Amino acid sequence: MSSHRILSYSLAINEALHQTMAADPAVFLIGQGVKSPWYVGNTAQGLRERFGDERVIDTPVSENAMTGAAVGAALAGMRPVVVHPRMDFMFYAFDPIVNEAANWHYMNGGRLPVPVVFWGIINRGGEQAAQHSQALHGMFAHVPGLKVVMPASPYDAKGLMVAAIQDRNPVVFIDDRWLYRLEEPVPEEIYAVEIGRARIARVGADVTITASSFMVREALQAAELLAEEGVAAEVVDLRTIKPLDEAALLASVRKTGRLVVADGGWRSFGAAAEIAALAAERAFDSLRAPVVRVALPDCPAPASAVLEKAYYRTGEDIIRAVRGIL
Amino acid sequence: MKYRRELLKELYLRMLRIRLCEEAFVEPILTGEVRCPCHLYSGEEGVAVGVCAALTERDYVFGNHRSHGHYLAKGGSLPEMVAEIYCRENGCSRGRGGSMHLIAPEAGMLGAAPIVAGTVSLALGAALASAIRRDGRVAVSFFGDGATGEGALHESMNFAALRKLPIIFACENNYYATHMPVRECRVDRHIFEIATPFGIESRQVEGNDVLAVYDAATAAVEKCRQGAGPVFLEFLTYRYRGHVGPDDNIQGEHTDIRPPEEIDAWMKKDPLALLGDYLLAQGLFSPGELDGIRTEVEAEVREAFIFARASAHPKTEELERYVFA
Repeated sequence: MSSHRILSYSLAINEALHQTMAADPAVFLIGQGVKSPWYVGNTAQGLRERFGDERVIDTPVSENAMTGAAVGAALAGMRPVVVHPRMDFMFYAFDPIVNEAANWHYMNGGRLPVPVVFWGIINRGGEQAAQHSQALHGMFAHVPGLKVVMPASPYDAKGLMVAAIQDRNPVVFIDDRWLYRLEEPVPEEIYAVEIGRARIARVGADVTITASSFMVREALQAAELLAEEGVAAEVVDLRTIKPLDEAALLASVRKTGRLVVADGGWRSFGAAAEIAALAAERAFDSLRAPVVRVALPDCPAPASAVLEKAYYRTGEDIIRAVRGIL
Repeated sequence: MKYRRELLKELYLRMLRIRLCEEAFVEPILTGEVRCPCHLYSGEEGVAVGVCAALTERDYVFGNHRSHGHYLAKGGSLPEMVAEIYCRENGCSRGRGGSMHLIAPEAGMLGAAPIVAGTVSLALGAALASAIRRDGRVAVSFFGDGATGEGALHESMNFAALRKLPIIFACENNYYATHMPVRECRVDRHIFEIATPFGIESRQVEGNDVLAVYDAATAAVEKCRQGAGPVFLEFLTYRYRGHVGPDDNIQGEHTDIRPPEEIDAWMKKDPLALLGDYLLAQGLFSPGELDGIRTEVEAEVREAFIFARASAHPKTEELERYVFA
């Protein structure tokens, strides 16, 4: 019997971990700080008490080897989740993620699947500067063999974590600390949100705004304000960056004829550029205005709160972009 | 007698299989029939065969760029390996991996990769899986002296020691990291000592003495199965051929700067000859019996090459197959 109760985004992730670990002894959590709320908030609460140190493994500061260990355990039949509490730390782990996990199934002719979840937490803001703030989904999505998901809501946070763990491929699961307190009704039972399916978060006919993760909140606020001006914006929550739900995206663009791409990554050569290129290649005839990207400037994240305010994109930037092409 | 006759025969046969197979690649490489870069294992057979003989097929092995020997020693199919090096659809990796990506999951060979030390942490994870499941499996990570310069190895040793994981760090010290002599890569101290600060039991072993390798590996496996791992073993050995291909100098690149007298000295400690002499001297096998084994292996290798050459190339319409499971 399905029953919903209000759950925060971070506790939705926590529930996904509890339920998948209870359902499958092959699932385990490994990473720096899984014992420490300072690192991972309350996403790991109760796991160690329930499943023990053998399956909830706090690690030394060794991102490369710990991530490789998760990949190796997956090759040996486990379903590991390896967490990087600041996504920036994942650069040390690019070899096991990109060279090994992403390639393994292909370069071995499909002989072994690699069911591992690389969980990276975006931790921007708070004057943390360039190495505690980066959103790297564009880099991971560039790599063949990786799937990349970025939930924007508690419902999706739980469902996509479950789906990522159940997938037979390496999945990069990216969440954002700015979403952790967001609450909504979430089913109590275990469920998966299909990887590769976008969601129409708001229906509209005048302009399509695509977004993921935290930028979905900004896009929805922008759409709300635009509605007061008589502009009906459709908000497409990508949910999965790769494989991109091209059908849903193109259907929306063909309907509205206008596209604003809101993305939490850097502007150049990233996810926003990919979506803009897709619209140009596959929906050119429907476009009535240039595609506009609302993304971070090609600049490292600053520490100063004053500069941070200028750096991060908000609903206001999205509104300006929409007005510019109407 | 210390060693069972069947074991001795198996050691000899497996080393010979590797040697004859590797040497059979020389001509096809020189004529250009085989184009995939091959890092031949000739000369180092004692290590892979001695270590893998101490394992069961349930145990795990990960290799590196020079892994033909690891794959064959662990029980991977010979025809499928040759077909893979010919990049054919019948290859163990369906022609997508080539010489540097050999895999035989059914035999516990979970793969190989040429990113130096890139598979050390994968073996660490396989050992972690074994510890979580408490299924008694041991994981072996094969890597070379060059990998001692990589941080991932040191990270992996620390974590393995911390959790007493059932992993054997098997360092094949052949004295050269591609063209770089080991003395130019690190200070002049024994490699096996790098494990000491982590509290890992470690030792140096004559890698060309397959029985010494087998003894050391057997003791290490036993420790790991008792939950008293990890173990670090440094095997001294030598490759007869170039870093890649039969011989850099024959191939015209002249990058192999190893002194001829050094090569000669190692040739005198050939692992196959050492074991063959021992078997004859002990009266355990007759010359005729050893010749019989050789005839048997020669036929196997010949048939493997026939199989590979007759195998189809992968289909272009299947270029993107296997990107995802």
